[in-house]
Amino acid sequence: MGTTHFELVSPSATLFSGQAEMIVCKAVDGEIAFLADHMPYIGALDPSAVRILGAEGSGVEEVRFAVHGGFVEVKDNQVIMLADVAEAPGQIDVAQAERDEQEASQRSGGPEPDKAAEIELKWAQARLDVARGA
Amino acid sequence: MELIAASRIVRAQQAIAAARPYVARIREVVAHLADSPEARNHPLFRVVDSPERVAIVFVTADRGLAGGYNANVIRTVERLVRDHRAAGREVQLVGLGRKGVNYFRFRRQPILFSLIGVSERPRYEDARQVVQSVIPAFEVGEVDQIELVFTQFLSLGSQAVNVRQLVPLVGEVDDQPAEPGHKTDYEFEPEPAEILDRLLPSWLEAEVLAAMLESAASEQAARQRAMKAATDNADELIKTYRRQMNRARQDAITTEIMEIVGGAEALRQAGLGDQDGSARETYQPIA
Repeated sequence: MGTTHFELVSPSATLFSGQAEMIVCKAVDGEIAFLADHMPYIGALDPSAVRILGAEGSGVEEVRFAVHGGFVEVKDNQVIMLADVAEAPGQIDVAQAERDEQEASQRSGGPEPDKAAEIELKWAQARLDVARGA
Repeated sequence: MELIAASRIVRAQQAIAAARPYVARIREVVAHLADSPEARNHPLFRVVDSPERVAIVFVTADRGLAGGYNANVIRTVERLVRDHRAAGREVQLVGLGRKGVNYFRFRRQPILFSLIGVSERPRYEDARQVVQSVIPAFEVGEVDQIELVFTQFLSLGSQAVNVRQLVPLVGEVDDQPAEPGHKTDYEFEPEPAEILDRLLPSWLEAEVLAAMLESAASEQAARQRAMKAATDNADELIKTYRRQMNRARQDAITTEIMEIVGGAEALRQAGLGDQDGSARETYQPIA
Protein backbone atom coordinates (compact mmCIF):
# COMPACT_ATOMS: atom_id res chain seq x y z
CA MET A 1 0.00 0.00 0.00
CA GLY A 2 1.31 3.40 -0.95
CA THR A 3 1.65 6.29 1.36
CA THR A 4 0.62 9.87 1.13
CA HIS A 5 2.21 13.01 2.50
CA PHE A 6 0.24 14.39 5.41
CA GLU A 7 0.62 17.71 7.12
CA LEU A 8 -1.35 19.04 10.06
CA VAL A 9 -0.73 22.72 10.72
CA SER A 10 -2.35 25.18 13.08
CA PRO A 11 -1.54 28.86 13.59
CA SER A 12 0.60 27.98 16.58
CA ALA A 13 2.44 24.88 15.40
CA THR A 14 3.05 22.21 12.80
CA LEU A 15 1.73 19.12 14.58
CA PHE A 16 2.45 16.51 11.98
CA SER A 17 4.40 16.36 8.77
CA GLY A 18 5.31 13.07 7.13
CA GLN A 19 4.22 10.01 5.17
CA ALA A 20 1.19 8.02 6.27
CA GLU A 21 -0.93 5.19 4.91
CA MET A 22 -4.32 6.54 5.80
CA ILE A 23 -5.81 9.65 7.31
CA VAL A 24 -9.30 9.58 8.79
CA CYS A 25 -11.08 12.78 9.69
CA LYS A 26 -14.56 14.16 10.01
CA ALA A 27 -15.77 16.61 7.39
CA VAL A 28 -18.98 18.53 7.99
CA ASP A 29 -20.94 15.97 5.98
CA GLY A 30 -19.47 12.89 7.62
CA GLU A 31 -16.34 10.89 8.20
CA ILE A 32 -13.88 10.62 5.35
CA ALA A 33 -10.64 8.66 4.90
CA PHE A 34 -7.78 9.44 2.56
CA LEU A 35 -5.53 6.80 1.10
CA ALA A 36 -2.64 7.32 -1.29
CA ASP A 37 -3.53 9.16 -4.52
CA HIS A 38 -6.90 10.33 -3.38
CA MET A 39 -8.64 12.61 -5.86
CA PRO A 40 -8.40 16.38 -5.34
CA TYR A 41 -10.66 17.36 -2.49
CA ILE A 42 -11.37 20.37 -0.34
CA GLY A 43 -13.45 19.98 2.76
CA ALA A 44 -14.38 21.81 5.92
CA LEU A 45 -13.77 19.98 9.19
CA ASP A 46 -15.98 19.43 12.18
CA PRO A 47 -14.49 19.42 15.67
CA SER A 48 -13.30 15.83 15.84
CA ALA A 49 -10.44 13.43 16.31
CA VAL A 50 -8.10 12.98 13.35
CA ARG A 51 -6.53 9.55 13.05
CA ILE A 52 -3.34 8.95 11.15
CA LEU A 53 -2.74 5.28 10.39
CA GLY A 54 0.60 3.80 9.52
CA ALA A 55 2.49 7.02 10.07
CA GLU A 56 6.05 6.38 8.97
CA GLY A 57 8.63 6.53 11.71
CA SER A 58 6.08 6.87 14.48
CA GLY A 59 6.43 3.23 15.57
CA VAL A 60 2.74 3.06 16.46
CA GLU A 61 -0.25 1.96 14.47
CA GLU A 62 -2.24 5.09 14.93
CA VAL A 63 -1.48 8.72 15.81
CA ARG A 64 -4.34 10.95 16.94
CA PHE A 65 -4.97 14.64 17.20
CA ALA A 66 -7.99 16.66 18.25
CA VAL A 67 -8.91 19.40 15.78
CA HIS A 68 -11.35 22.15 16.56
CA GLY A 69 -12.22 22.95 12.97
CA GLY A 70 -10.58 23.98 9.75
CA PHE A 71 -10.00 22.63 6.29
CA VAL A 72 -8.44 19.76 4.49
CA GLU A 73 -7.05 19.97 0.98
CA VAL A 74 -6.00 16.92 -1.00
CA LYS A 75 -3.95 17.33 -4.14
CA ASP A 76 -1.03 15.56 -5.81
CA ASN A 77 -0.92 12.82 -3.19
CA GLN A 78 -0.66 15.40 -0.44
CA VAL A 79 -3.13 15.87 2.37
CA ILE A 80 -2.89 19.26 4.01
CA MET A 81 -4.96 19.88 7.07
CA LEU A 82 -5.41 23.44 8.32
CA ALA A 83 -6.78 23.48 11.83
CA ASP A 84 -7.66 26.65 13.67
CA VAL A 85 -6.89 24.82 16.91
CA ALA A 86 -5.30 21.38 17.18
CA GLU A 87 -4.04 19.44 20.18
CA ALA A 88 -1.86 16.37 20.52
CA PRO A 89 -2.82 13.77 23.18
CA GLY A 90 -0.13 15.04 25.55
CA GLN A 91 -1.40 18.63 25.36
CA ILE A 92 -4.97 17.88 26.32
CA ASP A 93 -6.18 18.83 29.77
CA VAL A 94 -8.57 15.92 30.42
CA ALA A 95 -10.17 17.40 33.54
CA GLN A 96 -10.85 20.65 31.71
CA ALA A 97 -12.27 18.78 28.71
CA GLU A 98 -14.60 16.84 31.01
CA ARG A 99 -15.85 20.03 32.60
CA ASP A 100 -16.33 21.58 29.15
CA GLU A 101 -18.23 18.51 27.99
CA GLN A 102 -20.65 18.64 30.92
CA GLU A 103 -21.16 22.34 30.65
CA ALA A 104 -21.69 22.26 26.88
CA SER A 105 -24.04 19.27 26.97
CA GLN A 106 -26.22 21.07 29.48
CA ARG A 107 -26.41 24.14 27.30
CA SER A 108 -27.01 22.24 24.07
CA GLY A 109 -29.70 20.13 25.72
CA GLY A 110 -32.06 23.11 25.95
CA PRO A 111 -35.14 23.53 23.78
CA GLU A 112 -33.47 26.19 21.60
CA PRO A 113 -30.78 24.80 19.32
CA ASP A 114 -27.50 26.34 20.46
CA LYS A 115 -24.92 26.01 17.71
CA ALA A 116 -22.00 27.34 19.73
CA ALA A 117 -22.71 24.84 22.50
CA GLU A 118 -22.91 22.00 20.00
CA ILE A 119 -19.52 22.90 18.58
CA GLU A 120 -18.09 23.15 22.08
CA LEU A 121 -19.54 19.78 22.96
CA LYS A 122 -18.02 18.17 19.87
CA TRP A 123 -14.68 19.79 20.63
CA ALA A 124 -14.72 18.54 24.22
CA GLN A 125 -15.64 15.04 23.04
CA ALA A 126 -12.93 15.08 20.38
CA ARG A 127 -10.34 16.01 23.00
CA LEU A 128 -11.53 13.28 25.34
CA ASP A 129 -11.49 10.70 22.52
CA VAL A 130 -7.94 11.61 21.63
CA ALA A 131 -6.69 11.79 25.21
CA ARG A 132 -8.24 8.44 26.19
CA GLY A 133 -7.56 6.60 22.99
CA ALA A 134 -3.84 7.26 23.07
CA MET B 1 15.00 46.46 29.50
CA GLU B 2 17.36 45.96 26.63
CA LEU B 3 17.94 42.39 27.77
CA ILE B 4 14.25 41.74 28.39
CA ALA B 5 13.44 42.93 24.89
CA ALA B 6 16.23 40.80 23.46
CA SER B 7 14.85 37.65 25.05
CA ARG B 8 11.34 38.50 23.90
CA ILE B 9 12.48 38.89 20.31
CA VAL B 10 13.47 35.24 20.31
CA ARG B 11 10.02 34.25 21.50
CA ALA B 12 8.35 36.53 18.97
CA GLN B 13 10.44 35.06 16.16
CA GLN B 14 9.50 31.56 17.26
CA ALA B 15 5.83 32.53 17.10
CA ILE B 16 6.31 33.83 13.55
CA ALA B 17 8.07 30.61 12.55
CA ALA B 18 5.31 28.48 14.13
CA ALA B 19 2.55 30.32 12.29
CA ARG B 20 4.32 30.50 8.94
CA PRO B 21 3.41 27.03 7.59
CA TYR B 22 -0.26 27.59 8.40
CA VAL B 23 -0.33 30.99 6.73
CA ALA B 24 1.52 29.69 3.67
CA ARG B 25 -0.78 26.68 3.33
CA ILE B 26 -3.99 28.61 3.70
CA ARG B 27 -2.74 31.07 1.07
CA GLU B 28 -2.17 28.15 -1.26
CA VAL B 29 -5.64 26.75 -0.75
CA VAL B 30 -7.19 30.16 -1.34
CA ALA B 31 -5.09 30.61 -4.47
CA HIS B 32 -6.27 27.23 -5.74
CA LEU B 33 -9.87 28.25 -5.20
CA ALA B 34 -9.67 31.85 -6.34
CA ASP B 35 -10.29 31.07 -9.98
CA SER B 36 -13.56 29.29 -9.42
CA PRO B 37 -16.73 31.21 -10.37
CA GLU B 38 -18.01 30.79 -6.81
CA ALA B 39 -15.00 32.68 -5.54
CA ARG B 40 -15.52 35.49 -8.01
CA ASN B 41 -19.05 35.94 -6.77
CA HIS B 42 -18.19 35.78 -3.11
CA PRO B 43 -18.92 38.96 -1.12
CA LEU B 44 -15.31 39.21 0.01
CA PHE B 45 -14.22 39.54 -3.60
CA ARG B 46 -16.73 42.30 -4.25
CA VAL B 47 -14.92 45.21 -5.85
CA VAL B 48 -16.37 48.68 -5.71
CA ASP B 49 -15.16 50.79 -8.62
CA SER B 50 -14.80 53.96 -6.61
CA PRO B 51 -14.59 53.03 -2.96
CA GLU B 52 -16.15 55.63 -0.72
CA ARG B 53 -15.63 54.15 2.69
CA VAL B 54 -12.32 52.74 3.80
CA ALA B 55 -11.37 51.02 7.02
CA ILE B 56 -7.75 51.02 8.11
CA VAL B 57 -6.57 48.32 10.48
CA PHE B 58 -3.31 49.28 12.13
CA VAL B 59 -1.00 47.48 14.55
CA THR B 60 0.92 49.42 17.22
CA ALA B 61 2.35 48.52 20.62
CA ASP B 62 0.66 48.74 24.00
CA ARG B 63 3.74 50.29 25.53
CA GLY B 64 6.17 52.95 24.48
CA LEU B 65 9.93 53.11 24.91
CA ALA B 66 10.32 51.51 21.53
CA GLY B 67 11.98 54.29 19.62
CA GLY B 68 10.13 55.25 16.48
CA TYR B 69 8.12 52.04 16.27
CA ASN B 70 4.72 53.47 17.19
CA ALA B 71 5.38 56.85 15.61
CA ASN B 72 6.21 55.26 12.25
CA VAL B 73 2.95 53.34 12.12
CA ILE B 74 0.94 56.34 13.32
CA ARG B 75 2.55 58.59 10.72
CA THR B 76 1.76 56.12 7.95
CA VAL B 77 -1.85 55.82 9.09
CA GLU B 78 -2.21 59.60 9.27
CA ARG B 79 -0.87 59.93 5.75
CA LEU B 80 -3.33 57.31 4.47
CA VAL B 81 -6.21 58.99 6.27
CA ARG B 82 -5.25 62.36 4.78
CA ASP B 83 -4.98 60.91 1.28
CA HIS B 84 -8.30 59.12 1.51
CA ARG B 85 -10.07 62.18 2.86
CA ALA B 86 -8.53 64.35 0.15
CA ALA B 87 -10.01 61.91 -2.38
CA GLY B 88 -13.41 62.27 -0.73
CA ARG B 89 -13.39 58.94 1.03
CA GLU B 90 -14.71 58.33 4.48
CA VAL B 91 -12.22 56.68 6.81
CA GLN B 92 -12.73 54.52 9.88
CA LEU B 93 -9.99 53.04 12.00
CA VAL B 94 -9.52 49.68 13.59
CA GLY B 95 -6.79 50.03 16.17
CA LEU B 96 -4.58 47.41 17.74
CA GLY B 97 -2.28 48.45 20.56
CA ARG B 98 -2.83 51.08 23.22
CA LYS B 99 -0.40 53.63 21.81
CA GLY B 100 -2.04 53.98 18.42
CA VAL B 101 -5.57 53.73 19.76
CA ASN B 102 -4.98 56.47 22.34
CA TYR B 103 -3.33 58.69 19.77
CA PHE B 104 -6.23 58.57 17.37
CA ARG B 105 -8.90 58.58 20.06
CA PHE B 106 -7.40 61.73 21.54
CA ARG B 107 -7.61 63.33 18.09
CA ARG B 108 -11.24 62.30 17.83
CA GLN B 109 -10.81 60.02 14.85
CA PRO B 110 -13.60 57.50 14.28
CA ILE B 111 -12.49 54.20 15.76
CA LEU B 112 -14.61 51.26 14.67
CA PHE B 113 -12.96 48.70 16.90
CA SER B 114 -9.94 48.60 19.15
CA LEU B 115 -7.97 45.84 20.77
CA ILE B 116 -5.59 46.57 23.62
CA GLY B 117 -3.31 44.42 25.73
CA VAL B 118 -2.20 41.81 23.24
CA SER B 119 0.49 43.55 21.21
CA GLU B 120 3.35 41.57 22.73
CA ARG B 121 1.78 38.13 22.50
CA PRO B 122 -0.90 38.08 19.85
CA ARG B 123 -2.95 34.89 19.68
CA TYR B 124 -5.13 33.48 16.97
CA GLU B 125 -8.28 34.41 18.88
CA ASP B 126 -7.17 38.03 18.87
CA ALA B 127 -6.78 38.03 15.10
CA ARG B 128 -10.19 36.41 14.81
CA GLN B 129 -11.76 39.14 16.92
CA VAL B 130 -10.25 41.81 14.68
CA VAL B 131 -11.43 40.15 11.48
CA GLN B 132 -14.90 39.59 12.84
CA SER B 133 -15.13 43.24 13.82
CA VAL B 134 -14.61 44.53 10.26
CA ILE B 135 -15.65 41.82 7.82
CA PRO B 136 -19.40 42.08 8.47
CA ALA B 137 -19.22 45.82 7.70
CA PHE B 138 -17.57 44.99 4.41
CA GLU B 139 -20.04 42.27 3.54
CA VAL B 140 -23.04 44.52 4.01
CA GLY B 141 -21.38 47.35 2.13
CA GLU B 142 -20.74 49.75 5.00
CA VAL B 143 -17.06 49.59 4.13
CA ASP B 144 -15.76 49.24 0.57
CA GLN B 145 -12.14 48.55 1.25
CA ILE B 146 -10.01 47.44 4.18
CA GLU B 147 -6.34 48.24 4.51
CA LEU B 148 -3.85 46.78 6.93
CA VAL B 149 -0.89 48.74 8.32
CA PHE B 150 1.71 46.80 10.27
CA THR B 151 5.45 46.62 10.80
CA GLN B 152 7.19 43.89 8.90
CA PHE B 153 10.04 42.16 10.68
CA LEU B 154 12.75 41.89 8.05
CA SER B 155 15.62 41.22 10.42
CA LEU B 156 16.83 42.21 13.86
CA GLY B 157 18.26 45.40 12.43
CA SER B 158 15.53 46.25 9.98
CA GLN B 159 11.77 46.59 10.23
CA ALA B 160 9.55 48.41 7.79
CA VAL B 161 6.02 49.74 7.95
CA ASN B 162 3.91 47.89 5.43
CA VAL B 163 0.53 48.79 3.94
CA ARG B 164 -1.62 46.10 2.35
CA GLN B 165 -5.10 45.89 1.04
CA LEU B 166 -6.89 43.17 2.95
CA VAL B 167 -10.21 43.15 1.08
CA PRO B 168 -11.45 43.09 -1.60
CA LEU B 169 -9.20 40.15 -2.20
CA VAL B 170 -8.76 40.50 -5.94
CA GLY B 171 -5.31 42.00 -6.38
CA GLU B 172 -4.04 39.76 -3.66
CA VAL B 173 -4.90 36.51 -5.29
CA ASP B 174 -3.88 37.58 -8.77
CA ASP B 175 -0.39 38.03 -7.40
CA GLN B 176 -0.13 34.33 -6.78
CA PRO B 177 2.01 32.56 -9.36
CA ALA B 178 -0.33 31.10 -11.92
CA GLU B 179 0.16 27.48 -12.80
CA PRO B 180 -0.75 27.25 -16.46
CA GLY B 181 -2.53 24.08 -17.53
CA HIS B 182 -2.65 22.98 -13.93
CA LYS B 183 -6.23 23.55 -13.09
CA THR B 184 -7.38 21.03 -10.56
CA ASP B 185 -10.97 19.93 -10.35
CA TYR B 186 -11.67 19.52 -6.70
CA GLU B 187 -14.37 17.57 -5.05
CA PHE B 188 -15.96 19.85 -2.48
CA GLU B 189 -17.56 19.02 0.79
CA PRO B 190 -19.71 20.95 1.49
CA GLU B 191 -20.49 23.11 -1.58
CA PRO B 192 -17.74 25.47 -2.82
CA ALA B 193 -19.71 28.55 -1.77
CA GLU B 194 -20.01 27.23 1.75
CA ILE B 195 -16.34 26.27 1.88
CA LEU B 196 -15.43 29.78 0.79
CA ASP B 197 -17.67 31.25 3.47
CA ARG B 198 -15.58 29.43 6.03
CA LEU B 199 -12.21 29.53 4.32
CA LEU B 200 -11.94 33.21 3.41
CA PRO B 201 -12.49 34.54 6.94
CA SER B 202 -10.00 31.96 8.22
CA TRP B 203 -7.53 33.14 5.66
CA LEU B 204 -7.98 36.77 6.65
CA GLU B 205 -7.54 35.75 10.27
CA ALA B 206 -4.29 34.06 9.33
CA GLU B 207 -3.14 37.17 7.48
CA VAL B 208 -4.02 39.45 10.39
CA LEU B 209 -2.34 37.06 12.82
CA ALA B 210 0.81 37.05 10.67
CA ALA B 211 0.77 40.86 10.64
CA MET B 212 0.32 40.96 14.42
CA LEU B 213 3.17 38.51 14.98
CA GLU B 214 5.49 40.42 12.64
CA SER B 215 4.59 43.60 14.47
CA ALA B 216 5.20 42.02 17.87
CA ALA B 217 8.71 40.97 16.83
CA SER B 218 9.34 44.39 15.33
CA GLU B 219 8.16 46.05 18.53
CA GLN B 220 10.65 44.10 20.61
CA ALA B 221 13.47 44.74 18.15
CA ALA B 222 12.69 48.46 18.14
CA ARG B 223 12.52 48.46 21.93
CA GLN B 224 15.80 46.64 22.25
CA ARG B 225 17.47 49.15 19.96
CA ALA B 226 15.92 52.12 21.76
CA MET B 227 16.94 50.75 25.14
CA LYS B 228 20.45 50.01 23.97
CA ALA B 229 20.77 53.59 22.75
CA ALA B 230 19.35 54.81 26.07
CA THR B 231 21.80 52.66 28.06
CA ASP B 232 24.76 53.79 25.97
CA ASN B 233 23.66 57.37 26.31
CA ALA B 234 23.24 57.09 30.07
CA ASP B 235 26.70 55.52 30.37
CA GLU B 236 28.15 58.44 28.44
CA LEU B 237 26.30 60.94 30.64
CA ILE B 238 27.50 59.24 33.81
CA LYS B 239 31.07 59.43 32.56
CA THR B 240 30.77 63.12 31.74
CA TYR B 241 29.08 64.00 35.01
CA ARG B 242 31.57 62.03 37.06
CA ARG B 243 34.40 63.95 35.41
CA GLN B 244 32.65 67.23 36.08
CA MET B 245 32.02 66.30 39.68
CA ASN B 246 35.62 65.25 40.25
CA ARG B 247 36.86 68.44 38.68
CA ALA B 248 34.58 70.54 40.92
CA ARG B 249 35.68 68.61 44.00
CA GLN B 250 39.34 69.02 43.05
CA ASP B 251 38.77 72.74 42.54
CA ALA B 252 37.15 73.09 45.93
CA ILE B 253 39.98 71.22 47.67
CA THR B 254 42.63 73.24 45.87
CA THR B 255 40.89 76.48 46.76
CA GLU B 256 40.60 75.43 50.38
CA ILE B 257 44.29 74.50 50.60
CA MET B 258 45.27 77.73 48.93
CA GLU B 259 43.19 79.64 51.48
CA ILE B 260 44.71 77.80 54.41
CA VAL B 261 48.25 78.14 53.13
CA GLY B 262 47.65 81.79 52.28
CA GLY B 263 46.10 82.42 55.68
CA ALA B 264 48.93 80.64 57.48
CA GLU B 265 51.48 82.61 55.54
CA ALA B 266 49.75 85.88 56.32
CA LEU B 267 49.60 85.04 60.02
CA ARG B 268 53.20 83.90 60.08
CA GLN B 269 54.30 87.15 58.55
CA ALA B 270 52.12 89.08 60.95
CA GLY B 271 53.40 86.85 63.81
CA LEU B 272 55.91 89.57 64.81
CA GLY B 273 58.99 87.50 64.03
CA ASP B 274 57.92 84.75 66.31
CA GLN B 275 60.52 82.04 65.70
CA ASP B 276 59.70 79.40 68.27
CA GLY B 277 56.86 77.80 66.37
CA SER B 278 54.13 78.69 68.86
CA ALA B 279 52.20 80.46 66.15
CA ARG B 280 52.06 77.29 64.06
CA GLU B 281 50.58 75.38 66.94
CA THR B 282 47.84 77.93 67.28
CA TYR B 283 46.84 77.66 63.64
CA GLN B 284 46.85 73.92 63.51
CA PRO B 285 43.22 73.25 64.51
CA ILE B 286 42.04 75.32 61.59
CA ALA B 287 43.78 73.06 59.11
